[in-house]
Amino acid sequence: MRSDGMSVSVVNCARTFPDGTHALHGCNLDISPGETIALLGPSGCGKTTLLRIIAGLDFPDTGGRVTFGGVDVTSDPVEKRGVGMVFQSYALFPNMDVEGNIEYGLRVRNVARDEREQRVTEMLALMRIDELRYRRVDQLSGGQRQRVALARAIAARPRLLLLDEPLTALDARLRDDLRVEIDQLLRTLGITAIYVTHDQAEAMALADRIAVMSKGRIEQIGTPREIYETPETPFVTEFIGTMNRLSGRVLNGVMSVGTDSITISAPDGPASLLFRPEDLQLVAAPTAQFSATVASALYFGDHIRLTLTLSNGQMLTAKAPPRTTVAVGERVGCMIVASRLQALGALPT
Amino acid sequence: MRQPVSVVARTGSDSLPRPGLRRGLSFGVQLFITALLSVFLILPVLMSIVAGFTANYFEGWSSGLTTAWVIKVLTEYHASIVLSMQIALACLACNLLIGVPAAYALFRTQSRFGRMIEELLVMPVAVPGLATSLALIITFGGWGDLRQSWVFILIGHLLFTLPFMVRSVLAVMSSIDLNAFEEAARSLGASFWHRMFHIVLPNCASGIVAGSLMVVTLSLGEFNMTLLLHTPLTKTLPIGLADAYASLRIEVGSAYTVVFFVLIVPLLIALQRTSGRGR
Repeated sequence: MRSDGMSVSVVNCARTFPDGTHALHGCNLDISPGETIALLGPSGCGKTTLLRIIAGLDFPDTGGRVTFGGVDVTSDPVEKRGVGMVFQSYALFPNMDVEGNIEYGLRVRNVARDEREQRVTEMLALMRIDELRYRRVDQLSGGQRQRVALARAIAARPRLLLLDEPLTALDARLRDDLRVEIDQLLRTLGITAIYVTHDQAEAMALADRIAVMSKGRIEQIGTPREIYETPETPFVTEFIGTMNRLSGRVLNGVMSVGTDSITISAPDGPASLLFRPEDLQLVAAPTAQFSATVASALYFGDHIRLTLTLSNGQMLTAKAPPRTTVAVGERVGCMIVASRLQALGALPT
Repeated sequence: MRQPVSVVARTGSDSLPRPGLRRGLSFGVQLFITALLSVFLILPVLMSIVAGFTANYFEGWSSGLTTAWVIKVLTEYHASIVLSMQIALACLACNLLIGVPAAYALFRTQSRFGRMIEELLVMPVAVPGLATSLALIITFGGWGDLRQSWVFILIGHLLFTLPFMVRSVLAVMSSIDLNAFEEAARSLGASFWHRMFHIVLPNCASGIVAGSLMVVTLSLGEFNMTLLLHTPLTKTLPIGLADAYASLRIEVGSAYTVVFFVLIVPLLIALQRTSGRGR
C-alpha cells in the first residue's frame, strides 16, 4: 500500500490573471518526498492558485517552473502529471456509484477489470466504507463523500496528493474526526501531500511544514512549531494564533509600561514585546513584572480566556488554567514566561 | 367561541386534514375555476377526437362511430406522416450533433461573444416563422435542388429548434458542478474524449433528453415555417392537416388530428415527466 512520495519544487511561480490581477508573486517552495505541506492563508491569498499550478490545472507566468522528482512538468497539463486531487466540493461523479467513482482513474488507465475490483476493495477497506460500494453518490453524507473522494484520489496510487480545503464543507465535529483520519492516511501512504486550508488548527495538525501565504506571497515556511513560536513577518504574527503586543520604552535594559517596568535585554528606545496568551502567567505580587486589571474572563472548560487592561490602557489576552479564580475588575500580577521573552525578543515598533 | 388553534398546532400529522377543511371555501372555488378552465381547453380536443371517429359529424352520434376516417388518413396521407417523422428524427440527429457541442462550447466560453451567440440563437424563435422562411427561400432557394428537397424543411426546423436544445443542455450544465467534475476527471488522467463520453454527456443526459423531446415535438407540430418551405411533394403532417381541414370533410381533418395526437401526446407526457424529474 505504501507508495514512495516524490519531491516537488516550485520555482519562481507567479500568476497574473487576464484581468491583470496578480494572484501569485514569484513563489518558491521545495517539498521533500513523503512530506505533508499545508498552504495556509486567508481567502484570496493565492493558496488555491498555487495548488492549481502544482496540479497543472493552471499555469505559471513565463519564468515559473514546477518539477516533480527533478523532472520539469511545467508545461504538462493535469492529465499528464499523475497527481491525486481532492476538491472542496468533492466533485464526485453523480452518474456513477461509489465503485465507479473510485475506479475511474484506473479505467482511464485501462487497468484490467479484476485488478480494478481488487483495488476498489482495498480502497474501501482503507477508508472503512466497504458497505458503500454500490451506493449512489447522492445517497452519501458529507463525511462519506469526503472518504470516497479521498479513495478516488489515491486509487491510482499517485505519488503526489493535492487537497483543496477538503474539510471546509463539513461540520466541526466531523472535521476533527476526518482530520485525524487524513493524518493517519497520509502517514500510512507515505505520499507527498499538499494541503490547502484557511484553518490553522487543520494546518498545524496535519502538516510537517506550513507555508503561510498572504496576498500572493509565501510569508514563511516552517514546522508548525516554528510558525507558531517564531513568526518571521508581521502578517504571520497576526495571522497565526493570538499574539499579545506590549509596547513601551526601553532604557538601560528596563522597559517602562505605564507605571510598571519589565527587565529585558534590548537596546534603548521604543520597543514592542510579542508573546502568546499562554505565555502570560498570573502570579502573586512579589514575582510579578507588572500588574493589570481583569476586563473579562471567559470560561472555556479547559482554560479561561482573560482580557487584561494595563494602567496605560493597553489590552492583553491571557490563557489561564481552568481552576484559576479571578473576578472581573480584580487587579492581578502578571509575568511573561522568560523563555518566550527571549525567543521573541523586542521588536522595533 | 374560541378556535382550538393550539390543538391543530400540537397534533402534527393528525391535524393535516384540518387546514384543508378550514380553507374549504377558497379551495373549492379554486378547484372549480381550474376545472372550468381545463374543460374549456380540453373540450375542443375531445370534440375533434370524437369528430374523427363519427360517421357523419353533421348528423352527430346517431350516424354511428367508425374508424374509416382514420384508416383513410393512414392510407392516403401516410407519406406526410412518414415525412414528418423523418424530418423530426433528422432534426433531432442534427440537434444532437450541433446543439449539444454548441451548448458545451458556450458553457466553456464565458465571454461576451459567447453570450451574443446564445442570444442570436433565439432569433428564429422570436422572428415570425414566415419571415425566416422567406429569408431562407431568398437566400438558398436557388441552390440546386435544395428548394425541392425535404432537407430544405429540415433546415428551417433546425433553425427553429436549435435554441431549445442548446438552452436545455446549457441549463443543466450550469446547474451541476460540471467544471469541478471535469477537473476531477482530468486529475485522474482522463483525456478530452474520455471526459466527454463518461462525464460530460452522462451528467447532462437529463438536459439532452428534455431538449430532444422538445425538438421532436416542435418539429412534428411546426406549421408556420413549413407552410412556405414545403412543396406539393414535401408535405408534412401539419400541412396535410391544414389541407384536409380546408378542402376535405371535417371528419377527415379530425381523423388527421387524432393521428397527430397519437404521435405527439406521448412525447408531451415524456417531456412533462423529464422536466418534473429535473426539478
